[in-house]
Amino acid sequence: MSWQGRVLRVNLTRGDITPEPLNMEWANDYIGERGLGTKYLWENMDPKVDAMSPDNVLIFATGPLTGTNASTSGRYAVLTKGPLTGAIACSNSGGKFGAELKYAGYDLLIVEGSSEKPVYLLIEGDEISLQSAEKIWGKTVWEADEWIKKQHHNPMLKIATIGVAGERGVRYAAIVNDLHRAAGRSGVGAVMGSKNLKAVAVRGSHGVQVKDPKRFMQVTNEMKNLLAQDAGGLAKYGTNAMMDTMQEFGALPTRNFQEVQFSGYDKVDARAMLKTDETGHRNLITNKACFGCTIACGRIAHIRKDHFTIQNRKEYWHASGGLEYETAFAFGPVIGVDDIDACTFAGYLMNEHGMDPISFGVTLAAAMELFEMGVITTDDTDGVPLNFGSAEALTVMSEKTGKQEGFGQVLGLGSRLMCQKYGHPELSMTVKGQEFAGYDSRALQGMGLGYATGNRGACHLKHDTFEVDMDDQSGEGKAEPCKTSQDWTAAVDSSGLCVFTLGAWGAPEFAAQLDADCEGEWTPERLLESGERIWNLERLFNLAAGLTCADDTLPERLLKDPVPSGTAKGRVNELGKMLPEYYSLRGWSEQGEPTPRTLTRLGLG
Amino acid sequence: MHRSLHIEPSLCTGCLQCELACSFEHEGEFIPVRSRIRVFEFEHGKISVPYTCTQCVEAWCQKACPTGAIFVDSDLGAKLVSAQACVGCKACTTACPFGTIEFNPFSGKVDKCDLCHGDPQCVAACPTDAITYLDAGATGVGRMQASAEQNAKGVSS
Repeated sequence: MSWQGRVLRVNLTRGDITPEPLNMEWANDYIGERGLGTKYLWENMDPKVDAMSPDNVLIFATGPLTGTNASTSGRYAVLTKGPLTGAIACSNSGGKFGAELKYAGYDLLIVEGSSEKPVYLLIEGDEISLQSAEKIWGKTVWEADEWIKKQHHNPMLKIATIGVAGERGVRYAAIVNDLHRAAGRSGVGAVMGSKNLKAVAVRGSHGVQVKDPKRFMQVTNEMKNLLAQDAGGLAKYGTNAMMDTMQEFGALPTRNFQEVQFSGYDKVDARAMLKTDETGHRNLITNKACFGCTIACGRIAHIRKDHFTIQNRKEYWHASGGLEYETAFAFGPVIGVDDIDACTFAGYLMNEHGMDPISFGVTLAAAMELFEMGVITTDDTDGVPLNFGSAEALTVMSEKTGKQEGFGQVLGLGSRLMCQKYGHPELSMTVKGQEFAGYDSRALQGMGLGYATGNRGACHLKHDTFEVDMDDQSGEGKAEPCKTSQDWTAAVDSSGLCVFTLGAWGAPEFAAQLDADCEGEWTPERLLESGERIWNLERLFNLAAGLTCADDTLPERLLKDPVPSGTAKGRVNELGKMLPEYYSLRGWSEQGEPTPRTLTRLGLG
Repeated sequence: MHRSLHIEPSLCTGCLQCELACSFEHEGEFIPVRSRIRVFEFEHGKISVPYTCTQCVEAWCQKACPTGAIFVDSDLGAKLVSAQACVGCKACTTACPFGTIEFNPFSGKVDKCDLCHGDPQCVAACPTDAITYLDAGATGVGRMQASAEQNAKGVSS
């Protein structure tokens, strides 16, 4: 079976590094990665602690399929209490770091306490040590990655690191691995920074085995063929193909969710990335895969050398990670910008400094609305006019926030605290303090319910109601698909594979791969039940942290202001109708608390 | 027919399925650090290059080996390592100009590509045909044809 059977526990306060056996009972009940990491978090910390205190625990968790040859097998998740939300944070990432952690011989890495001085964790074969990070504290993600590889003469190290944003507590700081893949959301990078942990660098020498090798190879090959038939569009256009769909439907959040369609959408969409301009420049260079992935939706792009952002900065005249849908939305429509080079440059800066582009973009959108209302002026914003549509505001503020200079320190608070600071909490487009992704809840009702009930705050990746939402724009019948897809996505996120396989694979396809991989019998029913258990345990964490049903809500703008255009023109989100139905389906009380009967049914009693 | 692995970096997405397949074939587990084919990335992933033994006809590794442990599979042209004869001296790793024969600290012997007895698993696993197994005398034909096509477009336009 593909577990290494070991967990690495690092206590930074004491400087201890202690391997321990993996709790197989928990692995059986919580699958791996997101689920198993949540169980370990629950058992290892008090959810009430301050997210930025040494008492918070930071877990890197692989799944049972991570590191195998199943397609998309590079995923790992970071679990902790999030500083942006005060709720459980669960951010997963691709790239190559996750599989390498498994090859190091560890299924999970648990980081406790806080180091007195900056350190990084080095795992080279069986040698594990905490090394001084004094020389890279204050350096960017890209500088730290290069420095560590040089320092140890090992270009094959896979590195997950934070930038200055994480060091200085930007509430949506990310942990970036392999230069441009990230555990991006909820501020997991700020927690890493609060522990004075700059990076984790790994090169492993332990193989991953599976339960039934012959059957496993056969099943994973069949699944790759299935994926190849379905996912071709993702390789060519990437996730940014979604922009045109949302524009046409009228669900593309524009100018801080004041509108749902953006006139400049076709300057920052997937086709714009593929277009060769009059100088012969094309934004997209090639597509790229994460570890083990046969889809390869990743974008490698470059910026025009004569663009105002980099014309005098040769250090950015190279290729790097390009726009995905969420970055394109967050640097485009939601702030009214239609400059693809500026958006691409802001994407570089997010990776280089280690920040979540969604939260940054939506926070900047709120700042722009405050600016246009006259609540803040250029006196507050270091002289930079923050008008909607300003590509300069985007790129200058991205850098100021990444380096925590000037008004960047305000933007680094996230939109909830920033809007409270200026007396306009209603302008913060967040749930539980986390900013929305690029889908408007008034045109996509089930998406709104998923956002409102999201355990890590607003998130588009923890449920999937697109089809039912686009078929029917009322709030009728959305609770059931929302609940079921939340449970199902929790199972997928726990497997070690990627949600972008879901166009081709359902529960039977995941179960078949897990069954050939892991001890015991893995059925679609078991996966769904495990997913529901995971969702409820995340909920228990949040309730214990002090969140209540009052946090399962949407901003008034989405509940009261009808959308001005598009197919859902005139609609608001019908959360008041959907939420009670959702609680009831979940087996929760009217206060949104799992009933004792539900807990017993799921083995959580 | 003498066939060889033909690598086209422009098609490689960097997914590492070749490393997974190679290590599984030879070690019975997924362990990229022991793969005989390696993918290297340059400029933030702009280019990914799979790299492995080219099976030189006059092989430096073979000439450097003091125990005669490296021999030729006459059907495939592959240079193979006899585990019995290899003493782990690493002379071959110094001799190879490409670095594609590597010491394995677990077995105490050297590892290199053996073309999987004529059915290279990296080729089977590659989702984009960046690695193919071709007539060794015709590995340039694909590029030649693509280049000719460009010229043809120039003529016809």
